[in-house]
Amino acid sequence: MYSNSNNHDHHEENFIQKYIFSVDHKVIGIQYGITSLLFLLFGFSLMAIMRWQLAYPGTEIPIVGFIFGESGVLASEQYNSLGAMHGTIMIFLGIVPLAVGAFGNYLVPLQIGAIDMAFPKLNAASYWTYFVGGVIMISSFFMPEGAARSGWTSYPPLSVFENGQTIWLISMIFLITSSLLGSMNIIVTIVQLRAPGLTWMRLPLFTWTQFVTSFLLVLAFPPLEAAAVLQLMDRVAGTSFFLPSGLVMSGEIVDVAGGGSPLLWQHLFWFLAHPEVYVLILPALGIVGEILANNTRKPIWGYKSIVYSTVFLGFMSFIVWAHHMFLTGMGQAMSAFFQTTTMIISIPSVVILTSYFLSLWGGSIRFNTPMLFALAFLPMFGIGGLTGLPLGLAASDIYLHDTYYVIGHFHYVVAPGTIFALFAGIYYWFPKITGRRMSEVLGKLHFWPSLIFMNGIFMPMFIQGLAGVSRRLADGGVSYAHASGVLQWNEFMSISAFCLGLSQIPFIVNIFMSLFTGEKSDRNPWKSTTIEWAAPSPPLAHVNFDSEITVHRTAYEYSVPGSKDDFIPQTES
Amino acid sequence: MEIPYVVEEREDTGLINSKLGIWIFLASEVMLFGGLFSAYIFLRTAALPGDFERWASELSVPMATVNTMVLISSSVSMVMAWASLKMKDFSKYKMYLGLTILCSFIFLTIKYFEYSGKFSHDIYPSSNTFMAIYFTLTGLHVLHIIGGVVVMLYFYLPISHSMWEKQPEQFTNRIEVFGLYWHFVDLVWIFLFPVLYLL
Amino acid sequence: MSDNHNSASMQNHIRIYLMVFGALGVLTIITVLASYLNLSTSEGIFLALIIASVKASLVLGYFMHLISERKLIIWILLITVFFFFVMIFLPLISNIDHAGDPAQWWEVI
Repeated sequence: MYSNSNNHDHHEENFIQKYIFSVDHKVIGIQYGITSLLFLLFGFSLMAIMRWQLAYPGTEIPIVGFIFGESGVLASEQYNSLGAMHGTIMIFLGIVPLAVGAFGNYLVPLQIGAIDMAFPKLNAASYWTYFVGGVIMISSFFMPEGAARSGWTSYPPLSVFENGQTIWLISMIFLITSSLLGSMNIIVTIVQLRAPGLTWMRLPLFTWTQFVTSFLLVLAFPPLEAAAVLQLMDRVAGTSFFLPSGLVMSGEIVDVAGGGSPLLWQHLFWFLAHPEVYVLILPALGIVGEILANNTRKPIWGYKSIVYSTVFLGFMSFIVWAHHMFLTGMGQAMSAFFQTTTMIISIPSVVILTSYFLSLWGGSIRFNTPMLFALAFLPMFGIGGLTGLPLGLAASDIYLHDTYYVIGHFHYVVAPGTIFALFAGIYYWFPKITGRRMSEVLGKLHFWPSLIFMNGIFMPMFIQGLAGVSRRLADGGVSYAHASGVLQWNEFMSISAFCLGLSQIPFIVNIFMSLFTGEKSDRNPWKSTTIEWAAPSPPLAHVNFDSEITVHRTAYEYSVPGSKDDFIPQTES
Repeated sequence: MEIPYVVEEREDTGLINSKLGIWIFLASEVMLFGGLFSAYIFLRTAALPGDFERWASELSVPMATVNTMVLISSSVSMVMAWASLKMKDFSKYKMYLGLTILCSFIFLTIKYFEYSGKFSHDIYPSSNTFMAIYFTLTGLHVLHIIGGVVVMLYFYLPISHSMWEKQPEQFTNRIEVFGLYWHFVDLVWIFLFPVLYLL
Repeated sequence: MSDNHNSASMQNHIRIYLMVFGALGVLTIITVLASYLNLSTSEGIFLALIIASVKASLVLGYFMHLISERKLIIWILLITVFFFFVMIFLPLISNIDHAGDPAQWWEVI
């Protein structure tokens, strides 16, 4: 039934069909991957410019300073623009498309033994919608109004009157639509296209986390789409969804009907944006699980608890959102409710992290590059998670809200957290995607400095936050007396940031070099158990596998007593 | 190799792919309109007592009642169109689908008169928060109807009929799946009507 | 749905569709008439939503075939409805602590 020349009834595809508008999930996954990595690089550069300003206020920005005016120094609106766009681009154009669009699309069909996603054309549509949304978002930099500058959170009333928001909102509508199409596809694919014998409790953790993540995207994004439409109407149609009566701007009463509520935006926004942060972390947790099992040569400890915790986490993520709103005056009843649910949601995260730590005990650990990143993820995510606790408790959040403490907290989770896991995934699955291995030497040259400098950037943020330095300050806190004791950290953090950027060079070189001269890889270089390794490297166009796939085993049968090898693939009977 | 479960159901789930897909899409749509309903509730509780009733009195209940019946009828004709295909009666299918399209155009026409009537009396989304949410909710709903009409025209015109000849079961499934979307659009209106016009 | 719908059972289905059509029409008229009753706002909202829910159940159950649909779909819908209610009603908890606030408080200051 399977044969290598599977173009039997497929017409010969031309270049456009094969590489541009392909419906093959592997091509689409790579398209997502390349696009999102470029956006990540761009978003990083925005931050690097900001960090120069913070370290050396009033001095000319090197190399690109001319963009910002004659003096080459950032004006505060420009700083705010960079800040808002850094957040927006990293989250919506970078991490989510990489974690879900790239990794999800490429690997889910392979891990479940399917030939493609359930809806290949919809898949292509979701990529191109993302692409268009990304172009629109970036185009805002070139508009006369400039790019958005009201934070990635886009709070009204400021965002209704500030520049750059209209394009931001339109772009978000495209990006949200892309996400919806993609996540629908993933859910149907996992439910319907699992190979014979692949029961739910035999699914690899990567697939489980993609599944739960997709539910979060499907149910949580639409309220933000609704809110974006409402804000767009406030800007363009003169409505007052988010504008209260009696609003005064520059000393004058604003000429709108009023009666609206800025809090409405915050509720609708955070209803998405909280599940969104679990969208950012769940795929990473899945990737780390795969790599830990593989490089300890042991099954993951507590597979079942991890699965139940992941599902519970997904469910709880919908009812914690107002912990971002403790300081809005919403009242004690609300605060008490959301504080409680927030404390409860920390439990499944702890279960998962603890299970991963326990999985290391007694393992035969191989310290290859993917494993280094996966191992580093664990304490980094631990720091990120623990620093979230004082934020989730209303009383301590009163002090810490909107300070650098928050920035430190969430960056620990996303940067040396999720991004490290994504790096791990790239090193791990590169042989499957390309048929070649990446250099271990360059991999370690990438890993060690990245780990050091990540901590260099984000650890001092807790110090600054605890001293009371607010976030989103274009002058970095210079005008506040209470900040004076901690501002010397700015230079340290900025230099760490620039060095972090330099540390990515081995990674970029590694990718390009290995594509052409990397050591050729067989189909299962890491001796892994999961189904994607049963396909050739790279998998066959359109059909993936060159033999029938039936599943007989759970996902992580490593070091099974009595077996010949230290691993038994899922497909082996 | 073809993607399985396009026409025949998968044994353990009992579903074809497109049916699961459309229900998940509809779930997301529930949350989309839900976001707007949440806005409505928020804005209403934020307004002074009596404001919303006063502003809503500008709306025409008779026009909306007619529209409600029109949309319900379109739902019936839609399910009849699918039933005709199940009974292999293609010409009946076309008749019922045509009726559904006709009902949609009637709905859109009445909506056009409603909106233009408001504008000619200087009532706009910017006039007050009730009108803002009214225009947004019904406007988004209208966009969904227009989207549905486009798809229905595709299924009505001969472009799509080759699939009926070669793969009738798959064609029937497509109509069923579209029907689910169409009933959902009707469902939204079933809630919009009393909330906006009667309360 | 696989072809277990022979002609006789389809005729049965069609009868049901027409009955539902009739019921929906009647309920629409009831909805409009009910709006003329002099009910308080919350009673009115309650009644309108009850009637709307009945109509919705008919459309969901019979036109959308939920009455004979697979468990998986029902579960997805139930979870969605749960989160829908969370999104709609949770923000209203604020009213507990703000019940005494004067409306348009800025005019009082």
